[in-house]
Amino acid sequence: MEKQVKQETVAYNGDEAVAFAAKQCDVDVVAAYPITPQTIIVEKFSEYVANGEVQTEFVCTESEHSAMTACLAASVTGARTFTASASAGLALMHEMLFVTSGSRAPVVMAIANRALSAPLNIHGDQSDSIAERDSGWIHIYVENAQEAYDSIIQAFKIAEDVGVSLPIIVGLDGFTISHTLERVDVLPEDAVKQYVGERQLPNVVTQEGKTVPFKLDPDNPMTMGPNALPNYYFEFKRQQEEGMRNALKKIQEVNSEYAKISGRSYGNGLVDAYKLEDAEVAVVCIGSTAGTLKVIVDQLRQEGVKAGLLRLRTFRPLPVEELRNGLKNIKAIAVMDKSISFGGFGGPVFNEIRHVMYDAKEHPLIVDYIYGLGGRDTSPRDLRRIFEDLMQIAKTGHAETQVQYWGLRE
Amino acid sequence: MTTQEWKFTAKDIASTPDLFLSGHRACAGCGPASTLRLILKATRGPTIVTEATGCMEIVGSVYPYTSWALPWLHTAFENAAANASGIDAALKAMGRKGKVKEHVDIIAIAGDGGTYDIGLQALSGAVERGHDFLFVLYDNEGYMNTGIQRSSSTPMGAATTTTPAGSVIPGKLQMKKPIDEIMLAHEMPYVATATTYYWKDMVTKVRKGLEVEGPAFLHIFAPCPRGWRTDPSKTMEYSKLAVESCVFPIWEAVNSKRQLSTPSKLIALAPQKKRPVKDYLAGQGRFRHLFTPQFQHIVDEMQRFTDEHWERLIKNCEPSS
Repeated sequence: MEKQVKQETVAYNGDEAVAFAAKQCDVDVVAAYPITPQTIIVEKFSEYVANGEVQTEFVCTESEHSAMTACLAASVTGARTFTASASAGLALMHEMLFVTSGSRAPVVMAIANRALSAPLNIHGDQSDSIAERDSGWIHIYVENAQEAYDSIIQAFKIAEDVGVSLPIIVGLDGFTISHTLERVDVLPEDAVKQYVGERQLPNVVTQEGKTVPFKLDPDNPMTMGPNALPNYYFEFKRQQEEGMRNALKKIQEVNSEYAKISGRSYGNGLVDAYKLEDAEVAVVCIGSTAGTLKVIVDQLRQEGVKAGLLRLRTFRPLPVEELRNGLKNIKAIAVMDKSISFGGFGGPVFNEIRHVMYDAKEHPLIVDYIYGLGGRDTSPRDLRRIFEDLMQIAKTGHAETQVQYWGLRE
Repeated sequence: MTTQEWKFTAKDIASTPDLFLSGHRACAGCGPASTLRLILKATRGPTIVTEATGCMEIVGSVYPYTSWALPWLHTAFENAAANASGIDAALKAMGRKGKVKEHVDIIAIAGDGGTYDIGLQALSGAVERGHDFLFVLYDNEGYMNTGIQRSSSTPMGAATTTTPAGSVIPGKLQMKKPIDEIMLAHEMPYVATATTYYWKDMVTKVRKGLEVEGPAFLHIFAPCPRGWRTDPSKTMEYSKLAVESCVFPIWEAVNSKRQLSTPSKLIALAPQKKRPVKDYLAGQGRFRHLFTPQFQHIVDEMQRFTDEHWERLIKNCEPSS
C-alpha cells in the first residue's frame, strides 16, 4: 500500500488513542490489570469488548504478574497480544518481562510512565520502564497522543517481524500524554488491518525435519520454556541480541512504510532530530518534553542561537550510529533524565549518550539534568535556562557541574 | 457436567502411548514422575500442557531434550494457572476467527509450592474467571526441587531443611494447609483428590476433570523418596498407607457435591480398617525424630488432627449413591 489514505480527526487523550490503535490492530488477546495512569486504556478496551466492537478475548487478571504471564502464554499459542501497565504494575511484571523476551513472544505493551514508590506517587516520570532497560524488550517513547496511536500500530509490525520476534514497550508520559486531550488523526480500520496484516509466526524445524510454525500446537508438539544449562543458555541470549539488532533496521523500515499511508513519520524511527544539523548546543530527551523543547529551540533560533534537539525515540535497541552522527558537531549537549540511577554518575539516558560519544572524533561537553520526578512540572522557562547553561558551557569550554537536579527545591 | 463413568483398565493404560516419555531425570522411585506418566493416559484429544517451575518441569525439559510428546509450556514458578488462562484466551479468540478448528484441552501442572504457596493467587484468579482447564497439583509436601524445604503443604512434625528436627523444635510446627477446602470454596465445577497407588481412580478423575466445562482441580498425593527419606521401592506403599490411615482421604466433588471415592469409602463403612497414623509415619526419615519420648506427643497430636479431619470429611460428604 503506497498511497496516503484519508484520515479522520478525533479528540483523544493518549490512553484512548492507544486503546483505539489496539482495537484497529485486531488483537486476539488482551490480558491486563488496571493501574493509574494506564487505566483508561483497559477501560476503553473493555467498552469495545462489551459493545461487541472487537473479537478480542479480554482477560481481567488478578495481578500484573498474571497479566504478563497470560499475554506470554497467549502469544506463544499464536495469538496477537496486547497489554498496558505502569509503575508498580510494571515492577510486578518484572520477572515475566524477561521470560517473555526470552521466549521470543512479540507482546505489545503500552506503558503510561509513572513514578515508582516510595513515597507513593501516581504522577509521570520514566523511572518505571527505564528500570526495565535490560529486560530484553524494545523500548519506544512517544512525544504526544498522535505518536502514541501511530506507535502502537507500528509496534505490532515491529515485534511480530519474524527476524525480530521480541516484545515491545511503547512509553507515553503519564498524565502529560495519557490524560491530555489532543487532536489525533486516525486511519480507517481497514487500512490499519491491511498494514499490520495477520500475525506471522517464525518457522522452526522439528527433529523429524518438518518445518512448522513456532507455537503451542497439538499437531506439532513443541517444548517451550525448557531449562537450558550452561552448555546452551548463552546461545539463546546471543540470538535474542540478534533480534534486537534486526529491530534497529525494522523500526526504520516501519517508520518510512507507515509514513506512506499516514503522512507521518518520527525522524528515522530511532531518533527524531530537530534543527540539529548546524546546531552548536543541543538537548537530548525522551518523551513529551520534546514538544516544549521544540518551541524553545524555535525561539532561540529567532534570537540567533544555534540550538537543536534530539529526541531519543528508540531507547532499546540503542541507535548508536544515529546518536553519534546526530550529535557529532555539537559543542555542548544537555541530556534530560526523567528517572534517576541512585549512586550512579548521572541518569540512565546521560550514561548512554556519554558512552556513545566516547568514540566520537571530537568530544562534546555533555551534562545531565535530572528533572520532573514524580510529575514535577518543568516550565518552558526552566527548559530555556538549560540552553542558557549550554551556551555558557560552549563559550567557556567548561561545565562546572556535570549532573544537576532541575526544578528541585534545594 | 456429564458424569460419564470412565473405566480405565490396565490394558487401556498399557496400550495408550506414553506422552511423558522415559529418559527424564527424575530420582528413583519418584512419585510425581509415575503420576505424570499415568495421568496423561487419560487425555482425550488435542491437549496443551503447562507446568510451573518445579521437579517435574526441570527433569523433563533439559534442552535440547524433552520428555514431552505434547505441546508444553513453562514460564515461571507462581503462574501455571495464569499460563492456562493465556492459552485458554488465545484458543477462544483464535477459535472465533476460525484459526483454531477443534477443541483443545488444557492441563496445568504444579507441585505444592506452585499451588499452595507462590501459585495460589494465580490459581484462585484463573478459577474465579472460569477458564476451561484442569489444574493438577502433585503434592510431595515440600520444595523438593530446591533441596527439601518446607511448604505450607508439609505436614506437622516433618523435618525439612528449613524446618530441621532440632533438639528444641521437632520439625515443622504448623499443620498442612487445607488447599482442597480452599478450592471447594471457589464453588468450581470439579475438585478431587487422588493418590498414585489407586491409579484407576486417579486416571478416571483426570478424564472427568477434562470433561468438565470450566476449571477443575485435582490434588494428587505423590511421595518423594528423597524428600521424605523413604526407600525408593516404597513409594506406592506410602501412597496407599496415606489413604488407609486417612492422612490423605480420596474423594471427588462434582459441582460442590462431595463423595468419598471407593478406597476411602470402604474405610468409612468399616472403621476397623482404618490404620493408625503411626503406621504411615514409621519408616519415613522425615518423621524419625518423632519416635522418641521427647516428641511422642506430636504423633498423638497428628492422630487427633487426622481423626478430626476424617470425621469432618465424612459429615461433609453426600450419602453414597
